[in-house]
Amino acid sequence: MGSLDEHRQLTEAEIARLVAGLRRILATDSLLVEQEDLVPYECDGLTAYRQLPLLVALPTREEQVVAVLKLCYELRVPVVARGAGTGLSGGATPVRHGVVLSLAKFMRILDIDPVARTARVQPGVRNLAISEAVAPYALYYAPDPSSQIACTIGGNVAENSGGVHCLKYGLTVHNVLRVRVALIDGTVVEIGSEGLDSPGYDLLALMIGSEGMLGVVLEATVKLTPKPQLAQVAMASFDDVVKAGNAVADIIAAGIIPAGLEMMDKPATAAVEDYVHAGYDLNAEAILLAESDGTPEEVAEEIAAMCAVLEKSGATEIRVSRDEAERLKFWAGRKAAFPAVGRITPDYLCMDGTIPRKHLAHVLTRIAELSQEYGLRCANVFHAGDGNLHPLIMFDANKPGEVERATGYGGKILELSVEVGGTITGEHGVGIEKVGQMCAQFSPEELAAFRGVKAAFDEHTLLNPGKAVPTPRRCSEYRLTGSGKA
Amino acid sequence: MIDLTEQFRERVLAAAVDKAPLRIRGGGTKDFYGNKPEGALLDTTNHTGIVAYEPTELVVTARAGTRLAELEAALAETGQMLAFEPPHFGEATVGGCVAAGLSGPRRATAGSVRDFVLGVKLLDGKGEILNFGGQVMKNVAGYDVSRLMAGALGTLGLLLEVSLKVLPKPPAEATLRLELPQDKAIEAMNRWGGQPLPISATCWSDGQLTLRLSGARAAVAAAREKIGGEAVADADGFWRAVREQQDDYFSGEAALWRLSLPSKTAPLALPGEPLIEWGGALRWLTFDGPAALVREAAARAGGHATLFRGSDKSAGAFQPLPAPLMAIHRNLKRSFDPQGLFNPGRLYPEL
Repeated sequence: MGSLDEHRQLTEAEIARLVAGLRRILATDSLLVEQEDLVPYECDGLTAYRQLPLLVALPTREEQVVAVLKLCYELRVPVVARGAGTGLSGGATPVRHGVVLSLAKFMRILDIDPVARTARVQPGVRNLAISEAVAPYALYYAPDPSSQIACTIGGNVAENSGGVHCLKYGLTVHNVLRVRVALIDGTVVEIGSEGLDSPGYDLLALMIGSEGMLGVVLEATVKLTPKPQLAQVAMASFDDVVKAGNAVADIIAAGIIPAGLEMMDKPATAAVEDYVHAGYDLNAEAILLAESDGTPEEVAEEIAAMCAVLEKSGATEIRVSRDEAERLKFWAGRKAAFPAVGRITPDYLCMDGTIPRKHLAHVLTRIAELSQEYGLRCANVFHAGDGNLHPLIMFDANKPGEVERATGYGGKILELSVEVGGTITGEHGVGIEKVGQMCAQFSPEELAAFRGVKAAFDEHTLLNPGKAVPTPRRCSEYRLTGSGKA
Repeated sequence: MIDLTEQFRERVLAAAVDKAPLRIRGGGTKDFYGNKPEGALLDTTNHTGIVAYEPTELVVTARAGTRLAELEAALAETGQMLAFEPPHFGEATVGGCVAAGLSGPRRATAGSVRDFVLGVKLLDGKGEILNFGGQVMKNVAGYDVSRLMAGALGTLGLLLEVSLKVLPKPPAEATLRLELPQDKAIEAMNRWGGQPLPISATCWSDGQLTLRLSGARAAVAAAREKIGGEAVADADGFWRAVREQQDDYFSGEAALWRLSLPSKTAPLALPGEPLIEWGGALRWLTFDGPAALVREAAARAGGHATLFRGSDKSAGAFQPLPAPLMAIHRNLKRSFDPQGLFNPGRLYPEL
């Protein structure tokens, strides 16, 4: 876990100046200082780590965000920007001596341009709300993280969120054209443009996925995609996860890029079937969902091609959704995998490594062995098309030692992902959760380069400190425990 | 397959001691691009080889000096491609392709070079070998430094290796041509762009709109029906000429401007007719008048203008940046290349 209390403690006088300054900027109900009001902000989706902030600011206008940042910059107070708090890596976990800057009240869709196929939105607009608002134009916003009902576009930019359709439609970085950003000193800059590129360095690529450490998103212009006329999904059962993994490679080798390509192992299937009753094959060792979208002719052609490949790859059963209701039913289980697992265990940790798919069999075997070693159950859901694996480690935080065991088990899975040439995080971000494993994936020089990027935007390390990029000291500690890159 | 990493490292370390700038150059096919290259030549063309290619992982990794044509040929053998269709302009290298960040006809729908960059290995100005990103499609560990290298014109580091996402070639393609004036063509490209049609390239020039459709056979056939127009005979030749700027439009002596604009921007009130690509978002213009005129027109429309080819680059190749953005650029440059060794001034005089 990251160190969230390392930052300089403010003196009573400084805190008084900060509060007085914020009161001048914000309406009374937009500044939370009492402990009972701060509690809802003590964690994000990574509930295992909690920290109360000094206070929470909930501005409603852009000038207020700028003024809050200017004040914090002047007083050298850390700022943690926050959207809906659905993140799974502790990216929005507060710091003890810092301010939480909530953008939750910026919920307006400012402009929809159906001709240019763009939408300009405030950072607190929910991901799904964009697609709903542009539905009348037969357009949608393509990235669809599982939390899309709740998560905000500002958070999506911070985390470079993906979703089950990103193999074909890309991640946030491929679907955002421009962001308006407040830097830590309150300077407002436009990064990107409504054209397809901008002069100079690609700061937009840098900003997206920067976990709120380079700037605060005030506005985003997103790209809208024409809604496919039809989508259909093929669900295939396999008696062996290796066969299922090979089937994924076979589909791609056949020149097909499915709209979605997802895998679940037997424990995951069992958990979701019990929860959503989607009609999954409970005898299968692995289930593969392969979606096609486009015109009806195109979908028919692609589904036929995929079914032929799946059959040849050894699928024991293949079912193709007959209508939209059935398609949604097939997907319901996959989309509800996390809550479904949540029902069968008091607590779970969701890992997020990405691996070259060819190593899937080896990685799943090791995960099963580690499960024995640590005495904890694990279910695997897998964005198979792009190699992003989500092992869900089940534990009970009330049993002594289980939190530590779960964290240790998770850490081993992440290191395993790096070993096979992958990464510790595909889409959930490093946050505080994986800041230690950053020392396993990157050399001291590479981490120094990241700190250089950070300093180029925020030399005093005030924006979301303690997240994503470990300090050299943190890495020395990590290496002492026997892991890490020398 | 030759690995010159060690030689390059020594060269950078020596340059750091001498404080002598280096001009990184691959095939030299884009020497014309950006501001005038300065410094002692560092030739990357012998640092070659496809290091890894996994067709079913949709990833290829190649050393910077690998010829782009060689890479594309290797991909074609398994029916795959670089979907951003980078221009070659001669014997281009993979490193130069990424450093220049230029994409071709398919860019508007498939994405740009930076969209397909998955990882880089580079030498920074201190002679350190750094790896960012990787060979997987989803990776959010640390800042996205690898995409930052696309279009940085080598000013942040010497690219050693690049990993790129690749895609299968579409099963079917068709190219159509319609007679349309500029304003109607811009309107049509935007209208069709909002529909689920498999358009993969557009080009308007001299009263004619040419469109390419790519995708499943059935989808291409249905879209042809819908859009109409005449089939183009040598379609591959036509798109190659657009991509490589061998089309007649590019043959004159006048300065060539590249305007990147919101796609629906109405025809600009500038002298001369443009050649339009990317559904309206990219407009080429041959124009010898004052740079400020083009830059102001582009900025008013919400875009920017690059003096792409021209003998007089005194106005700077690229649209000037607002001061706070330039400050970030300078900080990044100083962080990756503290002594300003790599391609000084190529992107902006300040970098």
